[in-house]
Amino acid sequence: MRLQLALLSSALLLPGCSRSSAPKPPAPTAYGIQIAEVSGGKQVAAVGSALPQPVVMQVNGADGNPVAGALVSFRGEGVDFNPAQALSDASGQATAAVRLGSAPGDYQIVAETPKSGGGSAAVTLRETALGYEQKLGSEVNDKYCNRCHDNESTPERVSNFDNLSPAPHLYTDGATYNRISDADLLNIIARGGPALGKSPQMPAYGSTLKPAEIKALISYIRAMADPPYQTPGVKYGK
Amino acid sequence: MALGGQLTFTKQWQWLRRFFFGDPARRFAWASLVLLVVLASARTTDYFNQWRYYQREYGKLIRGRPNAAALKSRMENDLRQIWIPERGVVDRCETCHVALTEASLADVTRQPFRPHPPIPHSLTEFGCVICHHGQGAATTVEEAHFSTKAWEQPILPARYLESSCGQCHMDVLEGTPHLNLGRQLLSRYGCVHCHSVTQPDGSLMTPADEPPSLLHIAEKTTREWIFAWVKDPQAYSATATMPNFRFNDQQAADIASFLIAQSTASENSRADLGGNRPAAPSRTDAQASASLYGTLFCASCHATQNPAGNLVGGDLAPELSKAGSKVNPEWLIRWLKNPQGYDPKTRMPRYRFDDKQIALLSRFLLSKKDSDLLANAHPSPADQESVARGKRLVADYGCAACHQINGVNPPQNFAPDLSRIGSKPLFQVGFLQGMPETLPDYISGKIHDPRAFGPALKMPKFTLAEPQIEALTTALLAQTDRAVTMPPELVRFTPHPKYHPGGEAGRLMEELRCLSCHSINGSGGDMAPDLTWEGSAVQRPWLDDFMRNPNTLRPALIRRMPKFNLSPAEIKTVSDYIVSAYQAPGFDSRALDIHTLNADAAARGKELFYSKYACQSCHIADYKKDKGYVGPPLTGAGNRRPAIWLYNWLKKPQAVVPGTLMPNANLSNDEARDLTAFLMTLKARENGSAK
Repeated sequence: MRLQLALLSSALLLPGCSRSSAPKPPAPTAYGIQIAEVSGGKQVAAVGSALPQPVVMQVNGADGNPVAGALVSFRGEGVDFNPAQALSDASGQATAAVRLGSAPGDYQIVAETPKSGGGSAAVTLRETALGYEQKLGSEVNDKYCNRCHDNESTPERVSNFDNLSPAPHLYTDGATYNRISDADLLNIIARGGPALGKSPQMPAYGSTLKPAEIKALISYIRAMADPPYQTPGVKYGK
Repeated sequence: MALGGQLTFTKQWQWLRRFFFGDPARRFAWASLVLLVVLASARTTDYFNQWRYYQREYGKLIRGRPNAAALKSRMENDLRQIWIPERGVVDRCETCHVALTEASLADVTRQPFRPHPPIPHSLTEFGCVICHHGQGAATTVEEAHFSTKAWEQPILPARYLESSCGQCHMDVLEGTPHLNLGRQLLSRYGCVHCHSVTQPDGSLMTPADEPPSLLHIAEKTTREWIFAWVKDPQAYSATATMPNFRFNDQQAADIASFLIAQSTASENSRADLGGNRPAAPSRTDAQASASLYGTLFCASCHATQNPAGNLVGGDLAPELSKAGSKVNPEWLIRWLKNPQGYDPKTRMPRYRFDDKQIALLSRFLLSKKDSDLLANAHPSPADQESVARGKRLVADYGCAACHQINGVNPPQNFAPDLSRIGSKPLFQVGFLQGMPETLPDYISGKIHDPRAFGPALKMPKFTLAEPQIEALTTALLAQTDRAVTMPPELVRFTPHPKYHPGGEAGRLMEELRCLSCHSINGSGGDMAPDLTWEGSAVQRPWLDDFMRNPNTLRPALIRRMPKFNLSPAEIKTVSDYIVSAYQAPGFDSRALDIHTLNADAAARGKELFYSKYACQSCHIADYKKDKGYVGPPLTGAGNRRPAIWLYNWLKKPQAVVPGTLMPNANLSNDEARDLTAFLMTLKARENGSAK
């Protein structure tokens, strides 16, 4: 009798459970063997906000041609995707809008597609969320630094990157900046290139920027470093 | 058998009763035991509650750090709170977020232990919920952060956080780009024509757009064009601010009938066309007129589509890609002669074009046609009934809130007051199906597609990108109850009294609409340099030359000062005024002895320029060898700038032009003098400006 009751109640409860679970992924109509980024990697946004551009992935088959109807799933810790799963369109591409989490730092986004013979192909993209301080730093960087430290020109903001010799380091140049300590970066920004035996083309900003602005700028440069910057010293519990 | 069972049960029960409550001592013993258990369990639940758990975890986190002892000494293992009675703040967030002020834990990313990023305010001054929302008094994660039965305002998502700054701050802050953009959009998209938005100082936000007056519209365009425009403004110009009201053909035709019927004659209609008669453009003209459009720098304000389909030009004035399909040729000629005679409030300057220039320009603009635009514009006939229906529609949809229309008064309180939208109680909100039930989601949903909330709603859908909607939501979330009741000493704003130049020069500058682009004494546009201290910043002969033939200092820019064709007398009037009225304080010529600016000083200055300060990395002193394209070229600096201005500028650039990019190199007086001497030797003739 008890057994019957238990069975009956579980039979009643089961549909309830299934209703609350995540939406079912669309059923793939085709499979690829490889997934590649079309666009959307290496973007920067403020914490908790949407990336300026969606992430676009392409699924390719064994012949190297795009595959339509393949399932692409996006995941990333603390990251929202819309949609989280999609079928590739006629040109083999799947697009998702991405909203980063509320902690500043790098986010790894994985886009995955199942392969026909089992297993799956995946690719990982890096996106960066800027905290409050880093966002202030990005404004300082855009206003003062990028005229020389960014090689992209727009009609409103001409870049002088290509005209300078020795050439400035790009603001994302992690390989260079990661080797310079915070104290030295502060010095070079506040007192100019000659303070560290570098070119006088880098002016001193110590009387132009507030100390907090320089600190914010350094925090932004660290966040944008490619390859990523590792805090020196012992890593404590996360 | 049933009886037997009953008996056994009764027996057992009696036995139990005797065992527990048989005599007073037993009763007392058991009661004490229960009491003890209750007391113990209260203590245990307290020990295992959430905030104690986080405080223990924090203890583990700091163990082993070099400054563990100091961190531990600052840590109180208890409920902690910030209590600011005058601001109604009781925030216990610190109980779990124990390390908010511990800058040495900057590498910690695990919540709730992250230190707060440095901000201009201290925690003890404002607490947490004034900015972050949520329930400050709560001591569990659920109740503090999320909507619960007792508390409907959850924590504010990070992307809208800047809204909190806007509760007190009215000015454009450097740290709040989102809020600034949102407020700019509220005023630029004309939201505040219909909605009222009270600012922190108690004043109402004013619109920054100037929707065209429709008082004389029949002179300017046709009923067919109005019909097509009203149906879909973005079909005419993708960047049009006017939203699509989704009128049907009949409604659009009625509105067009009424607008034509209400139109009266403008001052311009009596103006003589002079030697200009509308004529079909010839092939040779086409090139000349296009190049005139370019050299007059119309593109500083107006955009047109280039052959690749991209918009090129400024967004201060309407896009002109299809202007030929819109305007009446005679109206255009009169408009180019004197825009202010048609619309006294227009931002367009009154140029002194000659007849040939007007002929070329009007032909160029009339050739900008789109044959598809009016192909299907066949409004039904404009009879009396149609005009009457149109008038009703114009009143119903609040057209007069933005546009001036004869016979229709601007509606009062046409749309809901948004002054306290950021504190709207959720029980008053009608959410859409499937929408997350939070205020930010509701506001952004409303902006996204207003009529999704009800087909009878009048608010149209604006053409906005996602980041713009997010910025607008941020600006609206700043309109909280708290913002309205904030003590006045907390409200931060700089008053900007409206400035108008006076006298004859003032009238001329008004006609030339200098303030459409330039700012003077805090009034005006931000496209061109601020002229507040221009009198101290330039030499008189250079100024006269520039007014005669403005050629930009920065040739790479698309937006440049147009040529007004001013007469010598007009130039003298404006220059006299600029030189005498726009003098900077503190430009004491005695600070710099002009006789020390000799050749030796110039030579030392040149050395400083090229070696010590590497000024050539941003500026050009010599076109042959320098490649600095960041700052303006200095080849003519000695003709343009007074020495005392250069000296002051070099010493403290930010004091002369607030917010300038030019770094303050902390020059000594001697260095500043030497550099000034060098710059004063740079007297190359700028293209066409020097006589």
